[in-house]
Amino acid sequence: MSPLPRAGVAALLVLGATLLLGGCSSVSVPTVEPWVKPYERERLADPIMRFSRSALPEKHIEHVRDVREGSRGATGVQGGGCGCN
Amino acid sequence: MAATRAALSLWRRLAALLGSLLGGLLAIGGVRAADLPEDTGEGLLHVYKGGGVTAAGPAFLVRKSVADRFSLTGSYYLDAVSNASIDVVTTASKYKETRHEFALSGDYVYRDSQITLGGSTSHEPDYTANRFSLDISQEVFGGMTTVALGFTRGDDKVGKKDSPEFSDTARHWQYRVGISQILSPRWIMSLNAEALSDDGYLGSPYRAAQVFGAAVPERNPRTRSARALMLRVNGDLGSRDAMHASYRYYTDTWEIKGHTLELGYSRYFQETWLADAYLRYYTQDKASFYSDNAQSETLYVSRNRQLSTFDNAAIGAKVSWLWRKEPGKYEVKFNGAYEFVHFKFKDFTDLRSGDKYAYSASILQLYVTGTF
Repeated sequence: MSPLPRAGVAALLVLGATLLLGGCSSVSVPTVEPWVKPYERERLADPIMRFSRSALPEKHIEHVRDVREGSRGATGVQGGGCGCN
Repeated sequence: MAATRAALSLWRRLAALLGSLLGGLLAIGGVRAADLPEDTGEGLLHVYKGGGVTAAGPAFLVRKSVADRFSLTGSYYLDAVSNASIDVVTTASKYKETRHEFALSGDYVYRDSQITLGGSTSHEPDYTANRFSLDISQEVFGGMTTVALGFTRGDDKVGKKDSPEFSDTARHWQYRVGISQILSPRWIMSLNAEALSDDGYLGSPYRAAQVFGAAVPERNPRTRSARALMLRVNGDLGSRDAMHASYRYYTDTWEIKGHTLELGYSRYFQETWLADAYLRYYTQDKASFYSDNAQSETLYVSRNRQLSTFDNAAIGAKVSWLWRKEPGKYEVKFNGAYEFVHFKFKDFTDLRSGDKYAYSASILQLYVTGTF
């Protein structure tokens, strides 16, 4: 490998780590920081905002659909397996 | 040769760069502590009725922490099925059977990670299914992002009632990855992807296919590989109400392509009532070897309507009533859910009438949930 790409990769490594660790305030590129603070997440913690509220009813409805539809997976609900088709 | 070495070296450097970026991302999050799932008890009575099938039964679940970082979950699920579906009434006779499922899992929390190890076993007179799963989730980016990885392995034993000479097996693998992301103080989204692989006997020994108008046993491929991708968004609307939207795309090597769309709305009434309403639409293309009445002899043939071209539309509602609450101690809720769904098949004929088959079903759930 020629010295140029090697130096480029090394520079990128240093720049990436510096930006992400937020250690250099003189760089004009803004650092990405968590923009929703823990004290701003009260609404998100309410049951109304959860992707999953109760395990059993979700498992039941998932099972009803799994044995009648061709699609399955990626719902985050664990199926149990059966010979119900 | 030199070019290969240079390429390898570049890949190593790119991997190191990605590693450093990921390391930096994790470092931003700092050290947080993920919470163990709450101690919970659930009792459910479920009923499905439609298309000549009634499936009903109770289910129970208990989750209890046994140390600061460890909790155990045990559940039992019963399905008592009375089947007089169109398959059964046109090619066999009505039957009743019961399925029992037991599941046990453990959650372990360490700093901002959660590890869940689980197993389940399901028994029917002619089918046994065992599952083992491992899931790991990690909070990063100051708790705004949760990354999850998971794996499930399944082993099934397939039998046929009154035919002791029939015995087969099926094996299943599922690999999943997901990310949930807080977008703002009011919006959250998640993206989940799953790869599924099946190997073995993937049909039903009771079901018949039709070739030149004659009933023959169905012949399915012994492997199936699928991909599913699901996007979900939840938004707080500001008046103690919220909206939910999700879309799932599914595709597999049997050439089934499925789309699922769901839209929902939730709202609190007074302090103790929470109501949800949703609409769901599902549509799919048929498997390559599906045929209502095959007009040529092929290696594989099936008339399983689950593999046909069809769509369904559902409307559902849930109500939850908070009965007792002692902040920091316990909470008990009574819940009810109802869904009405209509299935419409495009290439599955009702052999009794000659029309395209369609049916409606009702799904009812009554359940109690408690956290303590």
